[in-house]
Amino acid sequence: MASQIHFLDIKGKSLLSRDYKGDIASNAIEDFPLLLLDMENNEDESNYKPFINYKGINYVFIQHKNLYLCGLTSKNENIMSIIIFLSKLIEVLTQYFKHLEEESIRDNFVIIYELLDEMMDYGIPQTTDTKILKEYITQNYYKLIKNTPSRIVQPPNAVTNSVSWRKDGIFYKKNEAFLDVIESINMLINANGQVLNSEILGDVKIKSHLSGMPDLRLGLNDKGIFNNEESNSKGIEMEDIKFHQCVRLSKFENERIITFIPPDGEFTLMSYRLSSTQFLMKPLIAVNCKTKIHKHSRIEILCSTKTQIKKKSTANNVEIIIPIPDDADTPKFFPEYGTVKWVPEKSCIIWKLKTFPGGKQYHMKAELGLPAVDSTEDLILKKPIKVNFQIPYFTTSGIQVRYLRINEPKLQYQSYPWVRYITQSGEDYTVRTK
Amino acid sequence: MSLEKKIRNFLQGPRKGEAYELKSGLVSQYKHERKDAIQRVIQAMTLGKDVSSLFPDVLKNIATYDLEQKKLVYLYLMNYAKTHPELCILAVNTFVQDTEDPNPLIRALAIRTMGCIRVNKMVDYMEIPLQRTLKDENPYVRKTAAICVAKLFDLNPQVCIEFGFLDDLKNLVNDGNPMVISNALNSLYEINDLNKSKDLDILIINYDLIKNLLLVLNECTEWGRITVLKCLNDYNCNSAEEANLIIQRVIPQLQHINPAIVLSSIKTILKHNQLLQKASQDANLKKLSSPLISLISNPIPEAQYVGLKNIRIILEKYPDILSKELRVFFIKYSDPLYLKLEKLDIMIRLSNENNFNLLLNELKEYSMEFEPSLIKKSIKSIGLIAIKLPTSIIKCINLIIELIDNRGGELIINESINCLTTILRKYPGKNDLITLILPIISNNFKIDEATHESIMSYIWLMGEYPNYFTGLTKILSSLWENNFNEFNNEIKLIWLNSIIKINLNKNLNNEIYSNLLQKTLNEITENCDDIDLRDKAYIYWRLLSVNDEQLTDKIILHKLPPIDSVIKNFSPQILNELINELGTLSTIYGKPSSTFIEAPSNEIKQVTEEKEIKDENLLDFDDEEEEGGTTTKNENILDELSDLFTNNSKSETDDILNLFNEMNITQPSQPSQTSSQSSQPSNSKNIDDLLDLF
Repeated sequence: MASQIHFLDIKGKSLLSRDYKGDIASNAIEDFPLLLLDMENNEDESNYKPFINYKGINYVFIQHKNLYLCGLTSKNENIMSIIIFLSKLIEVLTQYFKHLEEESIRDNFVIIYELLDEMMDYGIPQTTDTKILKEYITQNYYKLIKNTPSRIVQPPNAVTNSVSWRKDGIFYKKNEAFLDVIESINMLINANGQVLNSEILGDVKIKSHLSGMPDLRLGLNDKGIFNNEESNSKGIEMEDIKFHQCVRLSKFENERIITFIPPDGEFTLMSYRLSSTQFLMKPLIAVNCKTKIHKHSRIEILCSTKTQIKKKSTANNVEIIIPIPDDADTPKFFPEYGTVKWVPEKSCIIWKLKTFPGGKQYHMKAELGLPAVDSTEDLILKKPIKVNFQIPYFTTSGIQVRYLRINEPKLQYQSYPWVRYITQSGEDYTVRTK
Repeated sequence: MSLEKKIRNFLQGPRKGEAYELKSGLVSQYKHERKDAIQRVIQAMTLGKDVSSLFPDVLKNIATYDLEQKKLVYLYLMNYAKTHPELCILAVNTFVQDTEDPNPLIRALAIRTMGCIRVNKMVDYMEIPLQRTLKDENPYVRKTAAICVAKLFDLNPQVCIEFGFLDDLKNLVNDGNPMVISNALNSLYEINDLNKSKDLDILIINYDLIKNLLLVLNECTEWGRITVLKCLNDYNCNSAEEANLIIQRVIPQLQHINPAIVLSSIKTILKHNQLLQKASQDANLKKLSSPLISLISNPIPEAQYVGLKNIRIILEKYPDILSKELRVFFIKYSDPLYLKLEKLDIMIRLSNENNFNLLLNELKEYSMEFEPSLIKKSIKSIGLIAIKLPTSIIKCINLIIELIDNRGGELIINESINCLTTILRKYPGKNDLITLILPIISNNFKIDEATHESIMSYIWLMGEYPNYFTGLTKILSSLWENNFNEFNNEIKLIWLNSIIKINLNKNLNNEIYSNLLQKTLNEITENCDDIDLRDKAYIYWRLLSVNDEQLTDKIILHKLPPIDSVIKNFSPQILNELINELGTLSTIYGKPSSTFIEAPSNEIKQVTEEKEIKDENLLDFDDEEEEGGTTTKNENILDELSDLFTNNSKSETDDILNLFNEMNITQPSQPSQTSSQSSQPSNSKNIDDLLDLF
């Protein structure tokens, strides 16, 4: 797949490299900083793409914080695989080091080499599951080995098993499974409060504290899944369901049953998407914002917000992030409720409302000074308003967990499934400004 | 100090400095000091320092029970083996021993590392360990050994074949463990790419193998699935039943969380779907729409981009597959620019009579953004919609007017002029449109702020619709006086065309025009360094002096055929190649792999060979690279050209193609006009003129 993998700093200088195949010159990566610079300095900014073909070598890279991860290949390879592999690499390393930055690469090069060795061989991806990798590539195994001969560390059977995500012999005193249904709402609202596009991105997350090799079966009120055994009319239809690799896909396809042997600990069992074509034409939290710019003196912002959810529900930690010009200063705020903060480095003001019961409406007025000299840029206010929020005990789509049956054929223990629902803002809950 | 001592000191190297410290650390009598030294050596290596001089000392530490230390030494070996090939032999003993270690992790590590030491001498020592590990009881070792066969083949194909490793590897395809199977497949694919000998059967994909693969598909890890899917895709089905079986088994994979699996599944389904009956084809296509959308809801922008590029290709082959999904492509403020532009491209393709109002509203928003290339493309897109959907035309023009009024600025005005000109090319001679459009253009055009393209549009419009310009004489004279010398050849060409057309227009009789014409002809024939432009001026000049009104009317005033569509499309041949290469790098570059991947040197032989083998149905896989190699460069150019001229009326296409082919030879200076719309008027005009001449 990829002949070489490189970790590079923000300028494109190599921090750590692994050559898997030797079919590309080892100094090929030295061209990368220049190519990167070329692309960034190009007048036509649309030239920037995360792929470069230079002298017959393809540079495929993704950015993560102040790092680039770059894969090199000279063949017409499966590009999606390379990108997903690189992103998995980031995921695994982040789980190992908490934060993946330039610093953490310098500090942990030994273990990164080991992981790279285990995750890919001769350019072919092998194991990218952190839980399994952690079984035999342990941060501190240095200490473990000091007293015991090396015979202890063995490749877990799981690496090559068909159940490659769970090891044998897990035991818990109290067998519990926690199920979180989290729906992230992305909405694009125009300045008149009309919803242009909306989608619900749902995740069903499980934290499994279960012994042995339990077989789980999850029941949802999805129409597609529960057509035959379900008479309740309030079913929903999910599009585009994606499952964790532990779910038996063919069983789902043929019988519409979700069955799986869960990995230990936390994981995302399934994710789904619901688009606005089905419903959700009203913003959950509506924001109406009027900005008046008096050139050379001040800017006035009048903002009102309203929750359009059930009266008994409450939105928590609501943040309304309103962009302001870079050069605005001396803010004065008059919120009816909550607090307002000025964040000059991000050129915005943030209106925070800790709790926001359904059906309520609040107003806020803000005034900021503008410099007397002319600023060349007068378009910055195109930046949309962003809204963050959380609404517990509520799913927008109406999805419900009917049951979670846990069956461990050998141990036959009692177990307790717990379910929690939450709706929150997604990455893109934005209101356009005029 | 005696001379002898000095020499000795020199040979021993410095007693200070990093290298010395490391060296003494590596040979220290204390375990932890040695290990520490190795770590520091690796660190220096990571930083790009050359520590190859320490090779013998590092090698001394290879025999250890400490797994971490062993891994580090192995890593060092892999990196510097080439600098000390003869010393590598010293490590062989440890390698061979390690492949017998009771711990499978060490057995696998040893065989993996041995393969990575790319030194020819190593080959002789690999036979026994590799044989042993290929038959190891532990699947973890077997899956590592499977890949080692490809590494050996890379080093020395003959040895690999003679010792029977290739056959062993082929047997592993039927192993009981899914991961071993997928690695064996991968390894065979690698060998196939490396192979240069033509009478070697490497990977034979037959129905038995496919049946087996369908069974293990669900058992594989995510990466294994991608390999299996690749193999399923490469199989050529013998019947609709086979195709149907594969499709039914692959469909569940569309729900996997890994987008690479989703895309590979889509590719496989699309390929085998062609063998099915129309009704089931459509049913299967319907199932692909939400997986396709899922590719762009991935949080990684780079993956979204790959998704978009593939969607664009699939859309061209199957235009109805996403007909209801316009909204998901709406641009997000936080998207990187390359995503925004790509989404815009797809939205235009999805536009139809029902959704263009919605789309135009979006385009209006995008035109008010701050990234120039996004603004440009948005305005261009408004034009594309007007041309694609005749009912939208007035709305589109009004939107452009609104943009000019509300925002203005040279960027918007220039782009709007180009866009409006293109709209007129689609609906020539429509009085209401002309009276609507031309005043906007003539009011807003400012030569000082114009781009080449907008100048060309402007001059072309003057030639085409001279009656709608007020003060034409003044405009032309001023352009001639102040700007003509700065025009590039493309603009001069259009100027020449336009000025002649104005002169031939019977409603416009003015000395100024004929003066300008005379001056232009003089200027171009005398001072122009471009042969084509000069020749063209001569031809016109002679034509005019013949004074045959009918002839001049026919040639110069010949109306251009209206353009059909200006949305870029691939030629059918390239499209098919790209569909076959879905998910690969070629989809990103939008061209078949043969155009950017170096073809192997023995390409032609292999291609013919390939075909023969295919006929006999022995070798059921297509090697995409090689197949692409059959298209010669000339054909490619032709394809691109025919792309260019799909706008012209079809009956003429062939002649034009021929003509243009000649022109292409005689006019090397003609800029490669990848359907830049505003240059098209002149260009196709050019050809029409020439056509009539012949």
